[in-house]
Amino acid sequence: MHTTTQQIDNGVNVTALLGAREALAQAPQAARFTWRAHCDWIRGTHSQIAVEDFHGLGETQRHRSRFTYQADHPEVFAAEDQGPTPVEYVLVGLAACLTAGVAAVAQHRGIQLRSVKAMVEGDMDIQGILGMDPEVRNGFDDIRVTFEIDADASRADIEALVAQSQKRSAVYDLLTNPTHVKVELK
Amino acid sequence: MKRVTAVVIGAGHAGLAMSHHLARHGIDHVVLERGEVANAWRHERWESLHLLTPNWQCRLPGQSYAGPEPEGFMSMPELIAFLDDYARGLSAPLHTATEVLTLRQVEGGYRIVTNRGEWRCHAAIIATGACQLPVVPAMAAALPPWIMSLTPHAYRRPEQLPEGGVLVIGASATGVQLADELQRSGRSVTLAVGQHLRLPRRYRGRDIQWWLEHAGLLDQRFDEVEDLARARRQPSPQLLGSATPEDLDLNALSERGVRLVGRLAGLVGTRLQFSGSLAVHCTAADLKLARLLDNLDAWAIAHGWHEALPAPERPAPTRVPPRPCLGLDLAAGEIKTVLWATGFRPDFRWLQVPVFDARGRLRHEGGVVAPGLYAMGLPFMRRRKSGAIHGADDDAAELSAHLVAQLALRQRSPSILTN
Repeated sequence: MHTTTQQIDNGVNVTALLGAREALAQAPQAARFTWRAHCDWIRGTHSQIAVEDFHGLGETQRHRSRFTYQADHPEVFAAEDQGPTPVEYVLVGLAACLTAGVAAVAQHRGIQLRSVKAMVEGDMDIQGILGMDPEVRNGFDDIRVTFEIDADASRADIEALVAQSQKRSAVYDLLTNPTHVKVELK
Repeated sequence: MKRVTAVVIGAGHAGLAMSHHLARHGIDHVVLERGEVANAWRHERWESLHLLTPNWQCRLPGQSYAGPEPEGFMSMPELIAFLDDYARGLSAPLHTATEVLTLRQVEGGYRIVTNRGEWRCHAAIIATGACQLPVVPAMAAALPPWIMSLTPHAYRRPEQLPEGGVLVIGASATGVQLADELQRSGRSVTLAVGQHLRLPRRYRGRDIQWWLEHAGLLDQRFDEVEDLARARRQPSPQLLGSATPEDLDLNALSERGVRLVGRLAGLVGTRLQFSGSLAVHCTAADLKLARLLDNLDAWAIAHGWHEALPAPERPAPTRVPPRPCLGLDLAAGEIKTVLWATGFRPDFRWLQVPVFDARGRLRHEGGVVAPGLYAMGLPFMRRRKSGAIHGADDDAAELSAHLVAQLALRQRSPSILTN
């Protein structure tokens, strides 16, 4: 294990994160976060989603700006392809979450990263969403993530990074464990 | 090799009803039965089971219920006696302990090989039942070895299970009845609930089957429904046939202490995962039930029943725990038994004719499988009631008439049955 954390820089402020962990141990209520997305239907399968505010550390927080996303379906679905499909956003989330985890864990372990690339693929049989076959599930039945990591560390250490990033990933957890989902009409 | 015009395979209610109609048409035939009359009812059901249809509805061609309790529900011994009695009144030879090993197409009909000789026939009727093989998800094989895992076919009574918690997978008719019986036996039951069909036992003073029958829903034909495949795979409703009529919905089970969880989604190591979709499945079942009762009320108004019956009522919405359990570690020792009430399918391994779809399901048009080959007793085969005992009469009447027409054609042009 390296101990020269000062000399490496993956752009992750580990000191701040460790500080937050200590502070939250005293005030666990502040650790409850609520994330939000606001969705507006445009037309067909095209929607626009905005992400701006969220709740955490006991109060409403704001991103530095309002981020907007288009979601749609490709032309092979007889749609207009104004944006990625919702399931591709799930892959986006998984890739970003695991990659952020790799960077944070590498920083904490004193591993300098030079490049991290992830390729995420999700397989699904659309007979499920088309209601053609009740035995086919709607969602992904397989997701594969392939990392290519160039770092100042042994392969075993890099493998350990990838493993630890899964262990602490919110999106990985969401995809591999059930979640309560409540959908209501206002 | 023995020759006969038609062979009925299976001496359950469906095969016996078909035999009645074949005899009525003067078609010489035999009934082959692997065991004895009502074999599955004798050997593949749990002890406390009563039919889910009231006695008045248990009709077979030419025989109605004549006992003292038309509103009661037959126990298995009563049903077996009812079918035995019916079989004695039929004229065709009934060969029990005769298991069909293969059925193959040959020129002019079919060749049937049994453990007691071979038959040649122009027509064969498959009446072997829709529930011969329990359907169990592959993950059952990955359960830890200290868990007792069994299907409803192997289940007889609570004492057969070890003391301790039971996880019942599936909340259709079988699942809710077994969850109820096991919870009453003192075992704490967890019930994994996916898509299900909620029905009250009685509505406005009448058995729900009275409503479904009189409003014509049970007579709805296979060529009338919008989505037949969907209608055929509809789960069996949450009903119980008990001495005093009672509802056996999820609320009743919760009140008795059964813990409701979502559909079983996975097994990782020793940890079972339950879907977070329990609430939506319960809401969907409540909405569907409300639509059905609305339709029944409208029918009552239109057909002059409204004034004569108690006022319409609506059952309470299904109560779902606010945070249903999403995971259970079998290593914790709470669960000792897993009971798979995850459905059944027919067993057609002996049927060596290319009459199956890509999934191995029997292809048929209202029970007509191929020239001279018929099915009986499958869910929504010709009508919504096809899977029920009282559904056999109309189906057998129509399919036997179809066979008569085929045989007449064949006499005129012998090649019609050969390919």
